[in-house]
Amino acid sequence: MIQQSAVRSRSFAKRAVGRGSPIRKMDGLMLLAIAALSVIGTLLVWSSTRSWMSVQPTALAKKHVLNILIGVALLGAVAMIDYRRLRTAAPVVFGAALIGLLLVITPMGATINGHHSWITLGGGFAVQPAELAKPALVLILARSLAKPAERTGRPRLISVALCLAATGITTMLVMLEPDLGTTMVLLVITGGTLILAGLRKRWVALFLLLGGAAAAAVWSLGLLKPYQVARFTALINPASDPRGVGYNSTQALVAIGSGELFGKGLFHGGQTTGRFVPEQHTDFIFTVAGEELGFVGSVSVVLLLGVVLLRAVRIARQCDDRFGSLIAGGIVCWFAFQSFVNVGMTIGIMPITGIPLPFVSYGGTAMFANMMAVGMLQAIRIRAYDRRSV
Amino acid sequence: MTRMHTRLIVLQIVVVSLIVVLLVRLWQVQMVRGREFVAVATETRTREVVVPALRGQILDAMGRPLVRNSTSLVVSVDRTTFERMPDGGAAVLGRLGKVLRMSPDKIKQQIRACGPGVSRPCWPGSPYHPIPVDSRVTQRQALQILERQEDFPGVTAEIQAVRDYPGGTEAAQLLGYLQPVTQSELEKREGLKASYSGVDLVGRDGLEAVYDAELRGESGLRRVQVDRMGKQIAVTQQKSPTTGDTLVTSIDTRVQSIVEKAVAEAAKSVGSDGAAGVVLDVKTGRVVAMASVPTYNPSVWVGGISEHDYQRLLSKKSGKPLVSRAINGTFAPGSTFKISSVSAMVADGSPLHGTYQCPSSFNVAGRAFGNAGGMSLGSISLHTALVKSCDTVFYRAGYEQWLRDGGNKPKAKVKEPMPNMARAYGFGQRTGIDLPGESPGLIPDRRWKENLWKATKIENCRRAKTGFPEIKDEGRAAFAKRLANENCLEGNIYHAYEAANFSIGQGDVLVTPLQLARAYAALVGDGKVRSPRVGRALFRPDGTLVKEIKVPVVGKLPINKETRDYIRKALSEVTSDGTAAGAFRGFPMNEVKVGGKTGTAEVWGKRDTSWFASFAPAADPRLVTVVMVSQGGFGAETAAPAVRRIWEGIYGLGKNDNGKPLKAALPSGHPVERLPVIRRDGTVAQ
Repeated sequence: MIQQSAVRSRSFAKRAVGRGSPIRKMDGLMLLAIAALSVIGTLLVWSSTRSWMSVQPTALAKKHVLNILIGVALLGAVAMIDYRRLRTAAPVVFGAALIGLLLVITPMGATINGHHSWITLGGGFAVQPAELAKPALVLILARSLAKPAERTGRPRLISVALCLAATGITTMLVMLEPDLGTTMVLLVITGGTLILAGLRKRWVALFLLLGGAAAAAVWSLGLLKPYQVARFTALINPASDPRGVGYNSTQALVAIGSGELFGKGLFHGGQTTGRFVPEQHTDFIFTVAGEELGFVGSVSVVLLLGVVLLRAVRIARQCDDRFGSLIAGGIVCWFAFQSFVNVGMTIGIMPITGIPLPFVSYGGTAMFANMMAVGMLQAIRIRAYDRRSV
Repeated sequence: MTRMHTRLIVLQIVVVSLIVVLLVRLWQVQMVRGREFVAVATETRTREVVVPALRGQILDAMGRPLVRNSTSLVVSVDRTTFERMPDGGAAVLGRLGKVLRMSPDKIKQQIRACGPGVSRPCWPGSPYHPIPVDSRVTQRQALQILERQEDFPGVTAEIQAVRDYPGGTEAAQLLGYLQPVTQSELEKREGLKASYSGVDLVGRDGLEAVYDAELRGESGLRRVQVDRMGKQIAVTQQKSPTTGDTLVTSIDTRVQSIVEKAVAEAAKSVGSDGAAGVVLDVKTGRVVAMASVPTYNPSVWVGGISEHDYQRLLSKKSGKPLVSRAINGTFAPGSTFKISSVSAMVADGSPLHGTYQCPSSFNVAGRAFGNAGGMSLGSISLHTALVKSCDTVFYRAGYEQWLRDGGNKPKAKVKEPMPNMARAYGFGQRTGIDLPGESPGLIPDRRWKENLWKATKIENCRRAKTGFPEIKDEGRAAFAKRLANENCLEGNIYHAYEAANFSIGQGDVLVTPLQLARAYAALVGDGKVRSPRVGRALFRPDGTLVKEIKVPVVGKLPINKETRDYIRKALSEVTSDGTAAGAFRGFPMNEVKVGGKTGTAEVWGKRDTSWFASFAPAADPRLVTVVMVSQGGFGAETAAPAVRRIWEGIYGLGKNDNGKPLKAALPSGHPVERLPVIRRDGTVAQ
C-alpha cells in the first residue's frame, strides 16, 4: 500500500524519466542517431529548397521540422503501447491501410509531381497511403507468422499463403498508382520477414526463382513503361543517354563526386543551387549531403543509418517474442533496402527509383511511417526489458 | 528460436556489408574520382555566353546615318530546354504563341534547324544558342514572359541592338543586310571560331558584306554560372565586346533621296521592270548616290525574315528587289556608248575636225542600217554626229574598221579599235566597286565570238540536224533550226552587222549603269578610269580615324585632252540643241549648264532601254549622273527627264511639287571634301 501510494505520489515527469520508466528503457543510441539524421535532413532540405523557394526560403524546411515533430509525437505514442496489443490491432491497421490505398483510386486521390499516389485531406494536407502501407504490412506479416508449426518451428503453409495474399493485395494497389519503388520495398519486407520466420531454403529458392521469372516475363512482355526500362539501361551505361534518363544519375554522381573530402559547405553547393539534380529535397537528398558536406558528411549519414539498422537488428535479436522479433526484422529489411537503394542510386550502383531516404528526405507521410516504425521498435525494446527485469 | 536468431545474424551481416559497399563506393566517387567530378561540375554549371558587339554604323558623307542601331526587345527560345521536355516544348510554344500572337507552328518553323530540305524560315545558327523568334515585342509582352518564367521555361526576353534604316527603302541594295553567320562561314574566319553561337550576324550583301570585318567589331565573352534551366545565377568572368568601326560613305542621303524618287517615278511612268540611277563624283570617282528600282525595305531582315517576306523578295512579281540594277543589271547602252566609238575613230586615225556623211541609211554588207526616224544631215562634224546622234556615221566607221581587220576572213592580227576603246573606258570588266555581286557586262569582239562558237558548237550542230521538236510552233522551230545550223557552220565569224551594231552600243554589247557612269566620269574628268568607291573612311567607335578608303585609278583613256574636251563640248549641246533638248526645255542653263547623251537601246522582244548619261557643270564637270530605265522607251523621253529632276534637286533649281523653290541638296554644287568629325562618344559633329 505504501509502495503504491509512493508510486502514485511520484510526478508524471519523474515517472517518465526516472529509473524504470519506459523512456529509460528505450534505445538511446538509436534515438540519438535518428535525431542526428533529422537535424542533417532539415539542413539539407533547407539548402536544397532555399534557392527556388525564393519567396519563403525556409518554408519547406519549416514544414520538414513540423513533420519531424509530428513524427516524434507518433513515435512516442506508438512506443508507449504494449506491442503485443498490436497483434490484435494488426488486421485493423492493415485494413485501414488498404482502404487508404483504395481511396487513391477514388476521386479523393490526387496527382502531385506526376505521381498519382496521394489523397488530399483538405486544408492543403495530403498523405501518401503507400508509405503507411509499409508498417501495416510489417504488422500483418509478423502476426501471420508469429505462430509457427509446432513440430518444425517453420511457418505454416496457411500463414505463408496469408502473407502472400496480403502482400499481393497491397502491391497490386500500389502498382496501380503506379509506384514501382514502394512495390519493391513491400516485396523486400515480405521476403525478408518470411526468411526470418524460418521459411525453408528451398522455398526461398523457389520464390526467388519465381520472382526472377516474373521479372523476366515483365521485362520481355514489355509491361514496364519505357522510362522504367531506360532507368535500368542507364544504370549499366549512364553515358547512353546523358540528357535523358542518364541525366539524373550522371548529375547525381557529379554532384556527390564534386563534394570531395569536406564538401563545398552547406548552402554552397553549385550543383544544388543550380538544381541540376532533380527531386533534390526528396529522393535525391543524399546528393546535397555529398556535395555540400563532402565525404565526411555522406559517410556520417550512411553510418548514422547503419547505427539505426544495427540497433534495430539488436532489438530483434534481444526480443524473446517471435512476434516482436519479426516486426523488428521486417522494419530492418524495410529501412535497409530503402537506405541502400536510395544512396546507391545517387552513386551509380542502383537504378533510379522513387524511394526516399529514411529520416532525411522531405516528405510527411514517409516521415510519419518511419517514426511509427521506430516507435514499434522502441515498444518492443521496452517490453523486452520489462520481461528481462521481471 | 535458434533458427530465427541465426537468420537475424545473417541479416546483420547483410546490413553491415551493404553499409560497407556504400562506404567503399563513396570513397571511390568522392575521394578517388573527386577532382574529375569537380571539373565536370564546373563545366555543367558554367556557360560561355557570347556578347555580340555593337555593329558599326554606316554614315553618309555628312555623317548622317544610312544604317544605325536601335534597341529592340527580342524574345528568344532555347531549343535544348525544349528538347528535354516530355512534349518537346509544345505546351510552352502554345503559351508563347498566345502572348506573341503568332501561331505555335510558325514559331516551331522558325526554331527548327536549317539544313538540306529545310527551307526558310529556319535557324541557321547553333542549336545551343537561344533562337530569336520575335524582335519587335512590346514591353508588356516581354513582361508577361519574364514574370511567369515557370510557364515559359527556355524562353527569354532581352534588349538587343538591331539594325535600323532611317532611309527606309533607299539604297537598300547598296547597304545590304545581315543574316546569322553559318558554321562554314565562321570556319573561314580567323580567330573567331571559338565564339560561334549563331548570334553573330554577318553582312550578306552590299556594304554590310564588303566591310563586314570592320563593321562587326569583336564579340565579348561572358562566363556565367547557370542553373539546370540555363537561368543565369552569377557572372564569373567577363570580356567586354568591342564596338565595330563606323563606315563613312561618300553617299549623300539628300542626293540619294532625289535619285531614288526620280528613278522610281520614271520607272513607274513607263511600267518599267527595273531602273537605276548612279551619281559619281567626277574628281574623286566616289559614289554620291546609287539607286535601283524595284527596291525593298532592308528592315524585313531584322530579327529573322518571315517566310512571307522572304518568298515575296524572291517572287517574280516583286521584280527581284534584292538585285541592284546599278551594278548587276546589264543592258545594251545604245547611243550613250558613242563616246567610246567616237574616241575609237579618232584614236584609229579619223580626223577630229573632219567632215562625215550622215545619210538616212548606210549599207553594211548588203544590209541597210538606217538612222532613227530616217534622219539625214548630209556632211557634218563629229560634234554634230554626237549632238544629233547620227547612227550612220558610226555604222560606216564600225564597218570600215571591220573591213580593215579583214572582214569575214580576219587578219592574223586584228586592230579592233572600237572593242579595245570600249575596254579602255572600263566596259566589259567589273569596275571593282566596293560592293558584291557586280556584273562585268560584255564587249563582244572577234575572240569572244570564236570562244562562244567553240563552247556551243557541238550543241548547235546537233540541233542543226535534229531540229527543235519540243517547240510547238512550226515556224519558230524552223527558225531556231536555221539559226543553229548557221551558228554551227559559221558561228565563229564576226559579221559586219555585228561591228556596225557595236558602234552604236547595240547587238551583244552589255554595260551596267555604273560602268557607263565611270566611263563618262573619265571622259569629262581627267581621263583616268577609276574603280569607284562607296566607302570613304572607317572610324573607331571613339572617333579616331582607322583609314581613309582610297579610290584606285585602274586605267587611262588612250585619247588626248583635246579629243576629250571636243567630245565633252559636243555632249554639252545635247541638252540645248540635241536629242535631249526637249527634256531640258526651260532648264536654267545659265545657272548650271548640263551636258549628256541620250541612249535608246533596242532589246529583242521587249521595249527599248532608256538611257541618259549626264554631267554638270558642263564647263568643269563635278558630277556624272546616269539613269537607266529598262523597257523605258526613248532615252530622251524617260531617262533624260529623270536626270533633269536629279540635277534640279542637287543644285536647287526650279520648284518643288508645292510650288516652292527647291533647296539645293549640295549647296556648294559638289560633294563635301572633308570627312565628318566623329566625337569621342560616337556622335557626329555637325
